[in-house]
Amino acid sequence: MKAQDYKISAEKFVFHSTGDNLHDSKLETKPVSYLRDALHRFTRNKASIVAAVIIAVLILFALIGPVLTPYTVAYEDVNYAFVLPKLELFRNLGIHFWDGGQTKEVNKITFDQYKAIEEEIGREVIMTEPKIVKREYMGKTSELYSFRLDTYNAVGAKYVLLTNEKYLELQKYQDEHNIQVILPITDPKLRPEAEQEKNNANIWYKTELGGGRKIQIVFDENGDFIPIYKANDGTDNYTSKMLWEGDSKLYNYAEPMSGNSWNVRVDYREYYTYIHLKTGDGIKEPSFIFGTNNAGKDIFVGLASGARFSFLLAIIVASVNLFVGAIYGSIEGYYGGKIDLVMERIIDLLSAIPFMIVITLLKYHFSVSHVLILFISFFLTGWTSMAGRTRMQFYRFKNQEYVLVARTLGAKDSRIMFKHIFPNAIGTLITSCVLVIPGVIFSETSLSYLGIINLNSGNLTSVGTLLSTGQNYLFTYPHMIVFPAVFISLLMLCFNLFGNGLRDAFNPSLRGTEE
Amino acid sequence: MYMFKYICKRVALMLTTFIIIFVTCFVLIKLLPVDTTSVGVGEDASKIIAQLESRGYTKPIPEQFVLYLRRIFIDGDFGIGVNMPEYRGQPVWDVFIEKLPPTILINIYSSLLAVPLGIALGILAALKKNKWQDHTISTTVMVFISVPSFVYASLLLFIVCFKLNLLPKAMNAGFDYFSWSMFKSMLPAVFSLSFGSIAGYARYTRAELTEVLTSEFMLLARTKGLTKSQATVRHALRNSMVPIFPSIIGEFISVLSGSLIIEKIFSIPGVGGLYLTAITAKDYDFFMMLSGFYLLVSLVAGLVIDLSYGIIDPRIRMGAK
Repeated sequence: MKAQDYKISAEKFVFHSTGDNLHDSKLETKPVSYLRDALHRFTRNKASIVAAVIIAVLILFALIGPVLTPYTVAYEDVNYAFVLPKLELFRNLGIHFWDGGQTKEVNKITFDQYKAIEEEIGREVIMTEPKIVKREYMGKTSELYSFRLDTYNAVGAKYVLLTNEKYLELQKYQDEHNIQVILPITDPKLRPEAEQEKNNANIWYKTELGGGRKIQIVFDENGDFIPIYKANDGTDNYTSKMLWEGDSKLYNYAEPMSGNSWNVRVDYREYYTYIHLKTGDGIKEPSFIFGTNNAGKDIFVGLASGARFSFLLAIIVASVNLFVGAIYGSIEGYYGGKIDLVMERIIDLLSAIPFMIVITLLKYHFSVSHVLILFISFFLTGWTSMAGRTRMQFYRFKNQEYVLVARTLGAKDSRIMFKHIFPNAIGTLITSCVLVIPGVIFSETSLSYLGIINLNSGNLTSVGTLLSTGQNYLFTYPHMIVFPAVFISLLMLCFNLFGNGLRDAFNPSLRGTEE
Repeated sequence: MYMFKYICKRVALMLTTFIIIFVTCFVLIKLLPVDTTSVGVGEDASKIIAQLESRGYTKPIPEQFVLYLRRIFIDGDFGIGVNMPEYRGQPVWDVFIEKLPPTILINIYSSLLAVPLGIALGILAALKKNKWQDHTISTTVMVFISVPSFVYASLLLFIVCFKLNLLPKAMNAGFDYFSWSMFKSMLPAVFSLSFGSIAGYARYTRAELTEVLTSEFMLLARTKGLTKSQATVRHALRNSMVPIFPSIIGEFISVLSGSLIIEKIFSIPGVGGLYLTAITAKDYDFFMMLSGFYLLVSLVAGLVIDLSYGIIDPRIRMGAK
């Protein structure tokens, strides 16, 4: 065929349109941006939505938890150690769950002691009608009293050592407010002989020494306790306006001690209110929503501030790792070749070091705060994975045509790296950043649980420490471990679900698969 | 032949990594003064100090390193315990060997429980995909993967060992590792260790198997006339095991290192507990030896996993061009 066969004369050409512009027909649908698409996919995943909500609640708990309670991490009162979790609502409604009560099975002497406390301080100690149960132990059958004990009121009376000044102040408070704080002192001659009970302020009744150097309570003919209060001899300089059984002059209220001080027997609950009223720290009465631990510290505030610290540390670690890892990964991914090889070897080496070795060596060499040591070791071992992810994304995108176009148009390396290629990595990086957070929290908890890192100082504690002290009392006071354990489990579970949802959301290849 | 070369290269790389980290660790430890404050005074202390001096603890670090290597390779001597009262003056290696059996046994038992159970659950979940069996298994797996081991170890200890009194609360003392009562006392720790691995295997198997089940060769197998079960057992299962086996092998190597947390909770006289006490007591010879051991175990496990992919499935030869 020859070329002239196709000759078309010029006049056969006509303009298709003589308008000003040529348009594509306008798109009927709205364009969906990357983030919008991700959000759309994320909201379709019910489990991750629930997880995100729970995470939000946990973060809120960590943020405002310490504000909600008057207690602080530094607060401790060993007299209220091991008291059980109490919700005032349940206590008032008489629901025997989470009411500060503990189901006890005790022998008769112990039961009578609790009854005596109840009689002395006039508040409910035995919350339910005692049932007598038979228990067999080492071949002997014994009768035990089964009932619910109010662990707060069971504290009863305590001896406190007061200076003369403070004693007078307390007298004044008692007279003004008409609250019986000071209880009559017991006669030292009549106190129990058994060594372990000598300083027990709750024994205000006559006892004798039974078998095995244990005390035996002596009752009168009606089956009542026989008081052993010290008769008034005028040494305590106090005539209580509070009427103890109608006559204030009957008893002595304090025992003179050396150094112009007094040994005073107080109703500890009222004394506690008095002391905290005086310091003005906002504590009105002992009530711990999560109970207290062996040192009498509030578990609620400990958990909340431990959680706050964990979140803070995790977020800082994640962002620093992201920052350093992204820059490092971009450089090695973009330039490749020899630079990449050397930089990759450094990463190989760093990621092979066990975390335990890093943290131990740091701990041995630097006597700085353990918080800093934790942060440095998380950083040293953590940023490499971020760098790896960024590098992978750079290898995927750096040879694409649009990058070539950008370079041809004269864009600088840094512009191509961070303006053109890096945004492709954001999805994966956000996902892995979110997944770093539970990882850091878990490691921090494990390390303080194992005692390698000790974060316990004046006003800092960690969930791991709470767990490990709880572990020591697992069989006797399980409430100490329950709350931190529930917190950490919930956190891990929700972060895993949330992370999975996020990973799917930022995966564009899943676009439209569910519809 | 190519594979052999590749393995050599990887082993050499691993050894280099090991040596660099180990030497750094050695230098950093030797920069610290030897802490003998807890030893006290008297005959005991002078004996320990004499022992340390005869090992050259006052010489320059490079010289010490040569001495250290010579002692390890010629006498098998890794140093002596200083700060932990129960191991004071004892050779590190002997104590380590004594602590190894409980750790290994517990981990082997847990793997023996976890591998078949985990894979079976994973297969069940994949075959019954999106039915109630799958939902139950997947949810349980998610819970056990997320919840930290010390939480369910404590739960197990509280319910099974304390409330129901079915199993002892701590591992028996003594060296009679294969008696029934010893086995029973190891069980709580074995269960706690295996929960996590069961969940891990189940999730992995489910993911792999569902992918294989939807692939085209499965359709071919069915059109060829195989029944569904024949096709599943002969084609799907075998192929889905390709990535799972390496992780099992890796797990069997890392059983040596044990778990610090589980050993603490169930008071197991194992390597993990020893490492922990050595760290807190600042017993440097123990720390050096055990760190080297942990490092080696983790490096070897990683290497074996990588290599076994290539050996089991010739399609994935990592080094191939």
